[in-house]
Amino acid sequence: MKEIAIVGFQQSDSVSDAGAVNEVEMIMPVLSRVFQQVGINNAQDVGFVCSGSCDYLQGAAFAFVAGVDALGAVPPIKESHVEMDAAWALYESILKIRMGHADSALIYGFGKSSPGELPIVMSQQLDPYYLAPLWVDSISLAALQARLMLDQGLITEGDMAEVVSRSRRNAMNNPHAQLAGDVAPDDVLAQEMYLSPLRKADICPVSDGASAMIIATVEKAKEWGMPYAIISGIDHCIETHNLGMRDLTDSVSTRTAAKRAGMDAGKVDVAELYAPFSHQEIILTRALGLADDTLINPSGGVLAGNLMMASGLSRIGEVFNRIVSGEVQCGIAHATSGPCLQHNLVTVLEKA
Amino acid sequence: MSEEQEVVTVVKAPVYLKYNFTAGAAPARFLAQIKKGVLTGQRCPKCSAVYVPPRGSCGGCGVATEEEVVLSNKATVQSFTIVYIPIPNNPIQPPYIIANVVPDGANVSFIHLMSECVNEDVHIGARVEAVWKPKEEWAFAMDNIRYYRPIDEPNVPVDQIGKLPVTGLEG
Amino acid sequence: MSQPEVLNQAFELGYTYTRSTGPVIGRFLTELRNRNIVGIKASDGRVVVPPMEYDPNTAEALSEFVEVGQQGEIVSFAWVKEPREAHPMDVPFAWAMIKLDGADVPMIHCVAAVSEDAVATGARVQAVWADETIGYITDIRCFELV
Repeated sequence: MKEIAIVGFQQSDSVSDAGAVNEVEMIMPVLSRVFQQVGINNAQDVGFVCSGSCDYLQGAAFAFVAGVDALGAVPPIKESHVEMDAAWALYESILKIRMGHADSALIYGFGKSSPGELPIVMSQQLDPYYLAPLWVDSISLAALQARLMLDQGLITEGDMAEVVSRSRRNAMNNPHAQLAGDVAPDDVLAQEMYLSPLRKADICPVSDGASAMIIATVEKAKEWGMPYAIISGIDHCIETHNLGMRDLTDSVSTRTAAKRAGMDAGKVDVAELYAPFSHQEIILTRALGLADDTLINPSGGVLAGNLMMASGLSRIGEVFNRIVSGEVQCGIAHATSGPCLQHNLVTVLEKA
Repeated sequence: MSEEQEVVTVVKAPVYLKYNFTAGAAPARFLAQIKKGVLTGQRCPKCSAVYVPPRGSCGGCGVATEEEVVLSNKATVQSFTIVYIPIPNNPIQPPYIIANVVPDGANVSFIHLMSECVNEDVHIGARVEAVWKPKEEWAFAMDNIRYYRPIDEPNVPVDQIGKLPVTGLEG
Repeated sequence: MSQPEVLNQAFELGYTYTRSTGPVIGRFLTELRNRNIVGIKASDGRVVVPPMEYDPNTAEALSEFVEVGQQGEIVSFAWVKEPREAHPMDVPFAWAMIKLDGADVPMIHCVAAVSEDAVATGARVQAVWADETIGYITDIRCFELV
C-alpha cells in the first residue's frame, strides 16, 4: 500500500464572527499559505482536491461550490466535496491516492457558523421524525451525556473544569485560538450553570474560519523536498443515530476506529482530540486508552475554537505541526461528527 | 390499533432556520457602489478578467481580485429566455424576459430583467442599457437597476460578446 | 482599497418538507394520534421506543410492536434555563432521556417542571398529550413529573 505523507497544513484564526468575509475570501488566504508552504502555485499542482463544509451553517445554498473559486480550477481539476468535517475529505483523498488515481491532494474545510444559531442548525441533523421536530439542540444532548457520566460517578464537575483549565492555558500558546487564558479549575467551577450540568466554559465556542492541508505519496513529498510526516493509519466508525441505544459514557466507535487505524496506545506522544464539550475529552481519552504521559490537546483543542467542518482536519494538522517541528515522534488525531460523539475518525501519524 | 382512522403515512415536517447573512468584502464594496448608482466589477491581477458582481476571487486563477473597475451602463445580451411564469410578489407580468447581460468593461455576465422591448425581437448580441430606479430609492441592492432595455446600436458578434471595453463598440 | 461597510441581512430559510413515514414510524405515529405509545422489539429482545425500522446492531428488519406505558423514569436530564425560540417550551424546562415502563431503551423528550431542583435522575414522569393529536412526535406535548 502506498505510504502517504502530510506535507503542509495551515489554518486561519478562530474568530467568533468573521464579519464581511464570504466563503471564498475565508478560504483563499489559507490556501495561498499552504501552497506557499509546499512550494506550489495552486490546485493545478496537486492530483486531487477535496473539501468539507456544510451549507446549513451559514444558510447559503451551494456555498461549497462558491468555495471552488478559491482554487484556480481552469483548466478543470479533479475535485470532490463531503458535507462533513474535512477530516473525512482527507479520508477520501487518501483512498484516491491509494487507488492510484492521484499522487497528491489538497484538502480544505471551512465554516462560517456565526450567521445562524448553530446548536439549532445542528438539531436538524437528527432523526427527522422523532428528534428534529423537537429541536433538541446539540448542547442539550451533550448535557444529557454529561449528566449520565456524573450520575454514574465516572467524572466529577472538577474533572470537567480541569479539562477546560488545561485547554485555556494550552491555548495561550496557540496564536489561532479564540478562547485562551490562565484559567484555574476553580474559576470554571465558580461559573454559573448554563445548560445544567454544563457551564458555558464546558462548551466549545461558535467560530468562523478555515483550514487546509496538502498530502502526497512519499515519493511526491520527497520530490517537493519539504518536511513531512507519515499517516500510518486512518479509519472511522459510526454508531446508531438512536441516542438511547448507545452507551453515551463511552466511545465504542472511537476505540474501534483507533484499533483499525493501527494505534498503539504506548506509542502516542501527542493526541489531538475533537471534544466540543469538556466531558467528551475524558470519554475519548479513556476510550483510546491514552497513557498519562501523552500530551493531550496541546493546542487547546476545540474548546479554544471550533471551526465546524474544519476542526477535525485541524486536529490532524496540529499533530503534523508538532511532528515536523521535532517536538514529538508520533501522535494521533481524532475527529468527530454527529451528536454526542456519534461518528469518529482516528488518524495515526509518525515521523518520517 | 384503532381502525377508525387511516394509518399515518406522511408527516408535514417543515424546517425554518433564521440567519443573519453578512456580505463578503467584495460584494460589500460592490453594493456600496451600486447604492451610489455605479456598477463596478473587479479585475483579476493575473488574467485581467473583470468579474461582476465580484465575489473576491478569479475562479479561473484562484487568486484574490482587488482592483475595482467602473463598468458601463451599456451591456450586451449574451443569452436570454422568455418566462411565462409570474414572479411571486412581483408586479412584472409574464411573458417577460430574463437575460444574461455583460456590461461593457466586464468579461462575465449576470442575470437581469429586460423590459421596454418587443420580446420576440430580443436576440443574442443585442445592445441594451441599464434603467435605474429614481436616485432616492437606491439601496444596497442589485435591483437599483430596474431592468435593461434595448438601445439602437449594432449587434455584437457572438465571438466579441464579453470582450467589449468600457467604452463600448467605439472602444 | 477602502474597507467595506459590513452589510447584514436577516433572513429565514424554509424547507417545507412532507416526509413519508414508512410502516414502522407510521404505526408509531398512528398510535400517538390515538394517545397510545408503542415500541418495537430489537433483535436482542430489548423494547425500543420510539420504534426503529432496523436493528442497529444486526441490521435485521424489526416488526414486533409492543405497547408501553405512558409513565416512565428519567435516566438523564439537562436543564434549559434559557429556552431557545425553536424549543418546544418557552419557559425553563428539562430535556430528558426517559425510559418508559415496559421499554428498555430511553427516548428523548421534554419535561415540564417548575425548577431544576424539582427534576432528578430516577424521577417518575408521565406523558402529557396535546389538545389535538395529529400523528406527530409533538402529540406528546411534554412529560410532567408524577
